[in-house]
Amino acid sequence: MSSLNAAIRDSSVIAERNLRNVIRTPGAMVTSVAQPVMFVLLLAFVFGGTLGGDQYRTFLIGGILAQTLTFNASFTAVYLAKDLQLGLIDRFRSLPMSRGAVILGRSTADLVTSLLSIAVTLMCGLAIGWRINNGLGPALLALGLLLLFTFAVSWVGAVIALTARSVEVAQSLGLIWLFPVTFISGAFVSVQSMPGPLRAFAEWNPVTAVATAVRELFGNAAPQGFAAPSGWPADNALLYAALCCAAIIAVFAPLAISQYVRISKR
Amino acid sequence: MPGLRIPELDGHDAAHRGRTSGFLMIRVRGLCKNFGGFRALDDLNLDVEPGQVLGLLGPNGAGKTTTVRVLTTLLAPDAGEVTVAGHSVRTDPESVRLSIGLSGQYAAVDEKLTGYENLVMVGRLYGMNRKSSAARAVELLDEFRLSDVAGKRAGAYSGGMRRRLDLAGAIVARPEVVVLDEPTTGLDPRGRLDTWAVISSLVGAGTTVLLTTQYLEEADQLADNIAVIDSGRVIAEGTADELKSRVGSERIDVVAAQSEGVDRAAAILARIASGAPEIDRSARKVSVAAPDGHHMLVRALGELEHEGVQVVEATLRRPTLDDVFLQLTGQRAQEQAAPAPSNATATGTSQDHEVLKA
Repeated sequence: MSSLNAAIRDSSVIAERNLRNVIRTPGAMVTSVAQPVMFVLLLAFVFGGTLGGDQYRTFLIGGILAQTLTFNASFTAVYLAKDLQLGLIDRFRSLPMSRGAVILGRSTADLVTSLLSIAVTLMCGLAIGWRINNGLGPALLALGLLLLFTFAVSWVGAVIALTARSVEVAQSLGLIWLFPVTFISGAFVSVQSMPGPLRAFAEWNPVTAVATAVRELFGNAAPQGFAAPSGWPADNALLYAALCCAAIIAVFAPLAISQYVRISKR
Repeated sequence: MPGLRIPELDGHDAAHRGRTSGFLMIRVRGLCKNFGGFRALDDLNLDVEPGQVLGLLGPNGAGKTTTVRVLTTLLAPDAGEVTVAGHSVRTDPESVRLSIGLSGQYAAVDEKLTGYENLVMVGRLYGMNRKSSAARAVELLDEFRLSDVAGKRAGAYSGGMRRRLDLAGAIVARPEVVVLDEPTTGLDPRGRLDTWAVISSLVGAGTTVLLTTQYLEEADQLADNIAVIDSGRVIAEGTADELKSRVGSERIDVVAAQSEGVDRAAAILARIASGAPEIDRSARKVSVAAPDGHHMLVRALGELEHEGVQVVEATLRRPTLDDVFLQLTGQRAQEQAAPAPSNATATGTSQDHEVLKA
C-alpha cells in the first residue's frame, strides 16, 4: 500500500518534471502537431479521390489517430534516451525512489502530447467532413481507448530507449518499426485487398483493431468500394484492441522496468 | 524517512570517535567487477569511518567510477562485500539509497528546469513533501550561492554553477554518506576552487564523503585519507602527507637546452636536492624531489648558470599523481592523467567509456 503510494507520488513528480520539459521545448511538439495534419491532408486529398472521396475522408480519421499515436512511442524513446545519455537516469537510480516511476512518469507525461495529437487530428477531421455520428458516450469511449493505446505503446518506446541507450540509436530504432506496423494495417485501406501473409498480419495488427474500433465508436463507415473485413478481430474490434493494449503493457512494462533496474550508462 | 541521521555521528569530531567505535560508514571487502574479460575491480578493499573524507585517487580506467557505481547501487558487484551506512548494497540497496547522495562525473541536472525546480524535484524523490522540499531547496540555493539564478533554467548555468547545483542535489536529504565522482573534472580553475569550497563546507558539517579524483592536489585539499588505486585495486593508502613524503613534497623540473647539458644538470640537482634525479633524455628533462622547493630552485638556477649549463625551462611544481605512481609502481600513470589540473578539460571525459570498453 505505502509502496503503491510512493510509486504514484514518485511517478507524478517525474511526470510533472517531464511536462515542464515538454512545455519548455515547444519545438519538440511541432512533430506531434504537424504530423497528423500532414497525413490527413496527404491521404485525404492525394489518395482520397481514388479511394472513395468524402467517405474515405471520414473513414481516414480513425486510421490517422491509430497511426499518429503509435508514432508517439518514438517521443518516449527519444526523451528517455536523452535522460539516460545526460546521466539523469543515474541520479534517479541512486535515489530511494520507486523503480518504475521514471518510466511511468514518462508515459504519463507523453499522454499529454498524445492528447494534443488527438485534438489536432480531430480538428483536421472536422475541417474535411469527419463527424461524430454515434453520440458522445461512444466518442468518449473512443478517446479512452486511444489514450490506453498510446500509454501501452509508450512502454514499447521505453524498451527501445533502454536498449538503445543513446539518443541517436533510439531515434532510428524508435522510427523503423513504425512504418511496417502502421502501414500493414487497416488504418488506411481495406485489409481484404492484401496478399495472404500481409493480410493475416494486418488483420491481427493492434493498429487495425484500434482504427476499426475507433471508427465504429465514432460511427464512421468505410467507403462503398472497401471489402468489409471479417474474422474475430474485426468482429470484436473494441474488445480485441483493449486486449492488445493490456498485452502490450503486460509484456513491455515489466521488461522496461527490469531493464531500467539493471541498466548502466555507457 | 529522508534526512535520517544518527545524531551521535554528527559533527566533525565524530571522525575521531568513530575510530574507537569501529563502525565503518563505508566498508568494502574483496570487491570484484568484470566487464566482459576486463577486470575493472580486483579485490578492492576500503574503509571509511563516520565523518571522514576518503579520496580515491587514480588515473583514468583505474576503477574509480566503477567503485562509485557499486557503492551507489547503480552496478551490482560480481564478488565481495560492500556496506554503506551499515546496509549491504546487495541485500538492502533501498536502505543504501536512503543513506547516500551521489554527484556524478557529469552534472546530472535537468537543463529545462530552474535550479530551484531541480532541487525540489530531488527532494520530493527522497520522499520529502512539497513544503519541506521547497524550504530545503531555498536553503541550499543560498548555501551554494545560487540564489541569484534560482529562477533561471539550469541550461543557462556555467559549468561551475551546474556542478554546485548537482552537489546541492546530492545533499538535499542530508544523507549520511556523500559520494562525489570526479567533482571538478572539466571545470575551469575558478569553478574548481568554487567546488572545493563547497565540498569543504560539506565536510565541515560532519558528512562522510568518498570522492574520486585524478589529482593529488585535490585529494590533498579535501581528503583526510587517500587510497591510491590502480587496475582495480588499492596500491597505497594514507594521509596526503604520508603519500607525499614518499614522493617528496615538491619537485623541480629542469629542461636543458642541449643534450650534453642533461647529465651536468642532473649532477647539480643531485647535489642540491634530496634523492636521485629522474632523467628523461628524449625530453632533456631532469626532475628531482625538492623538500625546500623555493630555495632549492633559486640555488639550482644559480649553480646551473655558474657552470654554464643552458636551461630552456625550470619549474617548481607540486607532486602529481604521476609522481605518486612512479614512486608506488615504478610506472607512469597513463599519459593523459599525468598533467596536473590545468589540463582537466581534456583529460577527464573518457573514463566511463574506457572502463566499459576494455
